Amino acid sequence: MIKTFQNRRTAVLYIVPALLFILLFVFLPIILNLYNSLFRWNSFDAERTFVGLEYYGRLFKDPVFFTALKNNSLYAIASLVFQVGAGLIIAAILEDKLIRKFQPFFRTVFFLPSVISIAVVGLVWQLLYNPEVGLVNGVLKAIGQEEWARSWLGDSDVAIYAVVAVSQWQYTGYMVMLFLIAMQKIPNEYYEAAMIDGASKIKTFFHVTVPQIKEMILVGSVITVIGAFKVFDEVYVMTSGGPGRSTEVLGTMLYRSAFRNDEMGYASTIGTIVFVITLTLSLIQMKLGKSGQEV
Amino acid sequence: MTIKNSPIVQSNHVIEIRPSGQKNSTKIKDRIFQTVVLIWFSLFALVIIYPIIWLGLSGLKSNSDFFLNTWKLPEEWIWSNYQAAWDAGIGQFFFNSVFVTLVSVLVVLVLGSMAAYGLSRFQFKGQNLLLVLILSGLMLAPQVSLIPLYKLLQGLGLYNTYWAMILPYVAFQLPFSIFLMRSYFLSIPRELEESAIIDGCNSWKVYRHIIVPMGKPIITSCALLTGMNVWNEFMFALVFVEDSSLRTIPVGLMNLRSQLNTNFGIQLAGLAISALPMIIAYILFQKQFVRGLTAGSVKG
Repeated sequence: MIKTFQNRRTAVLYIVPALLFILLFVFLPIILNLYNSLFRWNSFDAERTFVGLEYYGRLFKDPVFFTALKNNSLYAIASLVFQVGAGLIIAAILEDKLIRKFQPFFRTVFFLPSVISIAVVGLVWQLLYNPEVGLVNGVLKAIGQEEWARSWLGDSDVAIYAVVAVSQWQYTGYMVMLFLIAMQKIPNEYYEAAMIDGASKIKTFFHVTVPQIKEMILVGSVITVIGAFKVFDEVYVMTSGGPGRSTEVLGTMLYRSAFRNDEMGYASTIGTIVFVITLTLSLIQMKLGKSGQEV
Repeated sequence: MTIKNSPIVQSNHVIEIRPSGQKNSTKIKDRIFQTVVLIWFSLFALVIIYPIIWLGLSGLKSNSDFFLNTWKLPEEWIWSNYQAAWDAGIGQFFFNSVFVTLVSVLVVLVLGSMAAYGLSRFQFKGQNLLLVLILSGLMLAPQVSLIPLYKLLQGLGLYNTYWAMILPYVAFQLPFSIFLMRSYFLSIPRELEESAIIDGCNSWKVYRHIIVPMGKPIITSCALLTGMNVWNEFMFALVFVEDSSLRTIPVGLMNLRSQLNTNFGIQLAGLAISALPMIIAYILFQKQFVRGLTAGSVKG
């Protein structure tokens, strides 16, 4: 090997600036967060009282915490069904030889919402859900289902579903795109062989497509579930956790505890929970990723 | 003759008919399949496109037009709504977003490509540890860092400045860019650099004159993805800045909503202005977008 590339000091010089950024603004805050969660403190008060694990005890008795966990889980399940499940089927159909010539158009359109800011999408959908001027009730009226019309974000029974639906609208096309790229790597012979055997489209899907892109499906599922536990923007923009606390997720609960109620210590415990959940899921993803490096 | 001939003719006829008959039935099936799928996908495309078009068009309506004719084209195309939204603050937010995005992207590209170069070309002890450390930055949820970063930025005297957004953005975008660039750099053949080094080039010259030019495709993808993530970021921008004059577009729009509570036309015009740059960038640079997104398979 070339000597130039074995000089450890030069190598480190190239890496250190980026590393410092990451250590200072990504890793240090995580450690600080764990520490912060052991104290009672306010944002504009230098004084801190050590409370140990008291806030963790309180968190596990807080009904809002369980609402938030439930809502994050709902997000995860809905995203698995729509983004991964439906996304997979849509991608497979777009790869079908009868549909393929339309693929560029559809995949471009389906993907489009995922480049728009979640906050913008949230604000737009808030208007679409508006009971007086919104398109959603307008469509229901037009198809003669007026009794379904309601204040979608103002009704605590349905608000969380309305919010979750927006994410599906925004990101299903993203997953379709990921699956399409994976599917395009499947050798054509597999499909030819399936055709010669007289396999139906559905059989080909389950016996050729799915096993061939198994890794991508697993990784996509984990990414989606992690994303479901990171949710903040759309909920904050559309409902801020309301009506009542019915649409609260971990992210908005953390924000409210910290910047509305000024209970920084309590908010930090929620941060720790988010950390533990996302870390666990990421470790699962890394394990899955190892079994198939080329994802 | 006719009697003798006819079965032959008939059998010929049958043989000819059978395969084409089968073909016909599969053809019909294919047609049905194609039609059903096209209807389904077109509906789905409509559900996706319509709100976006509705957004652009409603931004051109007067308030009464908006309330009375939700569905129709604007009665009068009020382009001044866009001007009004721009003047109501979007102009300032837009400038802030452009500045924050450009600086963040630039820093990410420079530091990221250097780190990726260091990690893909050099061989040294502790290399894997560094790589794992940097890449594990990929999986951390920004919420976890929110409160400590808020205090940290206050402590550094950066709270409520552009840097309160730029520095965390750079830190959170770097791992993904390094990940993408490193795997691309690994695929660049080494012969060129080897001969360059024999000719007396040092490692910096190799980086500047070989790696960066050859890595252009992935660097473009990284620029687009980082740019998109920073342009769209909401939570940090909401918490780390409090002056309305420093707000970026997503958070600024929230302010505008309460300010223009009843004027929907102007509000929608503002939303359209903020969504447009990303839509245009995506349509122009679709290939680069998709390359970056799929090379990483990570959601922004």
